[in-house]
Amino acid sequence: MARTLTVSELETTSFYDPHEHEHAAGGSTMLGFWIYLMSDCLIFAVMFAMYGVLGTSYAGGPTPKDVFDLPLVAVNTAMLLFSSITYGFAMLEAQRKRVSTTLLWLGITGLFGAAFVGIELYEFAHMIHEGAGPQRSAFLSSFFALVGTHGLHVTCGIIWLVTLMVQVARRGIEPANHRRLACLSLFWHFLDVIWIGVFTFVYLLSTLR
Amino acid sequence: MLNVRQIRNAAIFPLFTLIAGCNSVVLNPSGDVALQQRNLLLHSTWLMLLIIVPVMALTVLFAWRYRASNKQAKYDPEWHHSTRLELVIWSAPLLIIICLGALTWLGTHLLDPYRPIERIAHGQPVPEEAKTLEVQVVALDWKWLFIYPEYGIATVNELAVPVNHPITMRITASSVMNSIYIPNLAGQVYAMPSMETRLHGVLNKTGVSEGFSANYSGAGFSGMRFAVHSLSDQDFNKWIEDTRATHRALTREDYRQLAKPSENEPARRYARVDDTLYHDILNRCVEPGSTCMDQMMANEHHH
Amino acid sequence: MTTLFGRLGLDAFPIHEPILVGTFIAVALGGVALVGALTYFRLWGYLWREWFTSIDHKKIGIMYMVLGIVMLLRGFADAIMMRLQQAMAFSGSEGYLNAHHYDQVFTAHGVIMIFFVAMPLVTGLMNYIVPLQIGARDVAFPFLNNFSFWMTVGGALLVMASLFVGEFARTGWLAYPPLSGLDFSPDVGVDYYIWALQVAGVGTLLSGVNLLATIIKMRAPGMSLMKMPVFTWTALCTNVLIVAAFPVLTAVLVLLSLDRYVGTNFFTNDLGGNPMMYVNLIWIWGHPEVYILILPLFGVFSEVTSTFSRKRLFGYSSMVYATVVITILSYIVWLHHFFTMGSGASVNSFFGITTMIISIPTGAKIFNWLFTMYRGRIRFELPMMWTVAFMLTFVIGGMTGVLLAVPPADFVLHNSLFLVAHFHNVIIGGVLFGLFAAINYWFPKAFGFKLDPFWGKVSFWCWVVGFWVAFMPLYVLGLMGVTRRLRYFEDPTLQIWFVVAAFGAVLIAAGIGALLMQLYVSFRKRHELRDTTGDPWDGRTLEWSTSSPPPVYNFAFTPIIHDGDAWWDMKQRGYERPRTGFKPVLMPKNTGAGVILAALSSVLAFALIWYIWWLAGVSLVALIAYAIYHTFNYDREFRIPAEQVLRAETERTQQLLATGS
Repeated sequence: MARTLTVSELETTSFYDPHEHEHAAGGSTMLGFWIYLMSDCLIFAVMFAMYGVLGTSYAGGPTPKDVFDLPLVAVNTAMLLFSSITYGFAMLEAQRKRVSTTLLWLGITGLFGAAFVGIELYEFAHMIHEGAGPQRSAFLSSFFALVGTHGLHVTCGIIWLVTLMVQVARRGIEPANHRRLACLSLFWHFLDVIWIGVFTFVYLLSTLR
Repeated sequence: MLNVRQIRNAAIFPLFTLIAGCNSVVLNPSGDVALQQRNLLLHSTWLMLLIIVPVMALTVLFAWRYRASNKQAKYDPEWHHSTRLELVIWSAPLLIIICLGALTWLGTHLLDPYRPIERIAHGQPVPEEAKTLEVQVVALDWKWLFIYPEYGIATVNELAVPVNHPITMRITASSVMNSIYIPNLAGQVYAMPSMETRLHGVLNKTGVSEGFSANYSGAGFSGMRFAVHSLSDQDFNKWIEDTRATHRALTREDYRQLAKPSENEPARRYARVDDTLYHDILNRCVEPGSTCMDQMMANEHHH
Repeated sequence: MTTLFGRLGLDAFPIHEPILVGTFIAVALGGVALVGALTYFRLWGYLWREWFTSIDHKKIGIMYMVLGIVMLLRGFADAIMMRLQQAMAFSGSEGYLNAHHYDQVFTAHGVIMIFFVAMPLVTGLMNYIVPLQIGARDVAFPFLNNFSFWMTVGGALLVMASLFVGEFARTGWLAYPPLSGLDFSPDVGVDYYIWALQVAGVGTLLSGVNLLATIIKMRAPGMSLMKMPVFTWTALCTNVLIVAAFPVLTAVLVLLSLDRYVGTNFFTNDLGGNPMMYVNLIWIWGHPEVYILILPLFGVFSEVTSTFSRKRLFGYSSMVYATVVITILSYIVWLHHFFTMGSGASVNSFFGITTMIISIPTGAKIFNWLFTMYRGRIRFELPMMWTVAFMLTFVIGGMTGVLLAVPPADFVLHNSLFLVAHFHNVIIGGVLFGLFAAINYWFPKAFGFKLDPFWGKVSFWCWVVGFWVAFMPLYVLGLMGVTRRLRYFEDPTLQIWFVVAAFGAVLIAAGIGALLMQLYVSFRKRHELRDTTGDPWDGRTLEWSTSSPPPVYNFAFTPIIHDGDAWWDMKQRGYERPRTGFKPVLMPKNTGAGVILAALSSVLAFALIWYIWWLAGVSLVALIAYAIYHTFNYDREFRIPAEQVLRAETERTQQLLATGS
């Protein structure tokens, strides 16, 4: 790359732009959040791997067929899938800068999310009551860890959602809030995708096996 | 820079000769498997030195020749690319690695500790009449238990084997992970609770050598050493007889006592041991009333 | 009492251990003196406003480096203790450390050196240099950067606390179960280990996300990926590795803590647990981790070699590809850490060969540095001396590493002192030598004066010679079949080698002393050593275009890049600094939120370690509440007025005129 420069090239080469514009804040937020989500995905990958390895180590204890209540899980799955749709509606409203309908859809999303967590907690409580707690076998340990990690994420999502509803109510849908809504949207749909993996891999396949 | 070079010359090249002169068992083992592992180690080293030595020489040469005060040396501040040189740069290490990779593939398969040995020494296949000695090894906190299933005897912190006979070990542990390593015999293999690993080898000289745990396992780890006696057939038989003459049996209760943590246990022998003890340790059902893991799994398959 | 203090009782304080009591008194006296001095000179406000709450990537970078050097002293104290113990404990003597103490010492040494010395030093370096090299004014998420730093400090404080309150793990630095499970390690040691790494790990992960977004999104116009400085390239790859590896560590430690706290059976011996999974998972993080450490230093060596040879880097693109190849390959070699587990010959040879393949791009890199020196005009300033020492040292470490990648050779050398010598050979000879090159190279940029070369050379020779004297004997001992982590020995012929190694450690101690002396002397002679040009080494990359130290906003105008060696290119083409027409600069505001959140996290961790459940609950709620409260702060930026920029830039112009450049 030894360069010979013409005079005109030297004159036109600028090393800075004297008229540069300020960058809008938060330009890297979505990318940063994506990267974070991908790293979070790896945590789930480890949990899935653990389940894959330990999922048949029943240690003489209950097997998936004994403990999984598929109809209940189907209802639960529906809750989460609906919540993703309603979050989509909230984003559409946010796009149109309509505060009250955005809040309404966010509220419905939160309720679906809460129902999901509620049903999951009921399922856990029931299993523990039946003697199928996380201590019983490696299979149950990995089940509770994987599903529980997902449930914990949804719970955090709900706390975040409520916070964001307060913020939207107070400040409207200004750029920062819109960005936050978009991040939570990514997070919420991400958890939906993970749940589809959990439902298929943990509940369906283990019961069929 | 001279100093660095001096230190290096003094330190590295005579290294192997230096250590071979000491009591380096790894570079001078008496067992055939360990010897082959040693050979692979040396061959790999020579192979790599083919590129390491020129690189080090060039580093010193360039550092000296192109020092700023040497105005005679050519200075070419924009020279930064040469396809031909790049090709050499990438292909030289590649060639070495291809050779080393081939060596590795072959060596790893031939010297797989799970593979029964086919020879007892260079050019000496295992004789038909040679009897393979099986030893069951259990790493305890912090001592070694050896069970001889064919003879129904057991020892703690002492291993005796007949010279020039293939040895096969089944290895497990009672509580935490250890690694059994008898440098004269063969490389080490982990000893892990509820799992079984295998190790094959042979000792080609009579005498006493050392074995130990090579994986840290807690407070008493430093004392997890044992003597390995390589004996002639006659001496080995005598050793068996002597052991049987001790009349002390290793009962389940004795084992439970033995499994409790203790350090620097002296060597001891047991004249009798029941032939399911190893199985039960491996399957974690020494405690009365506990279900063996293999039993548990078999039950699940019935479901 | 148990409700109030959990399992934290009076017996947790090691008053019966004279070594610890002595250390505690020394630390306490030092601490009191430090606090007294800060109070006397009224520095608390200054530190809080200008440093602790700062979101300036440069200040955070410096704080990371300070943390790393402080922790180096602790980690090295552990090293000296081990060397002393192993040199003494022969012929029936058990040395001066009992098992309870010695086993903590080697565990703490490993944990501290990797997580709280090497990681902060490397992260600090990337934090300081990367934004300057890409022409940015700060990182993508400045607040997160501050928070990440304080989380790392929180983890370090927990490890330090374990010295005086309770104990540290006695498991080795990776805490393999079942040994690290509740059955065999019922004390707080492993819990300290888990929570220190979790707290610091959050910091590391977020800082990885942050720098990754920074490099991808905030490069100056014209800086395409293939025009990025090599150090930034290596930082990019390192942060990819951080983001893709640290979650695995987080997850595996979560599972271990579930085993310990909830009674699950992931890694237990019974009820289907599988400790081998832990070993696999921790090395899936652990092997990329060593590349996380070394890659940025490969970048440093590239910058230094090119600058001090006054020559464009040879084979820039092959350097970049080599870095990327190493990044990818580092994920498919983890099993070489436990060939002896019995995975079978085909699996072992696969992982052995992938490991060897990594040496090809690494070898290419070494050749590239060589040919950068070729036909150059090499100035043997300290950074270049460290680089040459690195090249000569690292190739040996690389060779022994490849040797250990040959499974049958590994069977005889695994877990031996040969292995210990190998990884110190690459970590000291690679990472640490690189950090010293980097510190000597960029110190004038950060502080405005060069480091004193005399004490630098004393430190250099003590370190380099000390390294060889300390670790050559360990190679020898490894070949004699000596295992690591042993507390005492039976064979008296081994002793001489340990005595030599201990002497090497003393030389290294002198090297560390000389380093501290170098810092002190340089500070005293700062007016003599002053760099007024901003470009003391005739550098090639953008950071040298700013003043030393750079202004808060780094660049008054965002530079436009035309060449890989951007600043060299600008100098060649007669670039003129802008002197007028400045605009206000938008910068992020300082905030104490990072300190508070990290403090709450550390309290939560401490409460969990000691089973103080009420405190854990309170601090968890406080943590969440404060995090939410923080999100209600929308006012996070301010403008530096144009006049202030003009004043700073004019001052620099005058300074440059006075120097005559």
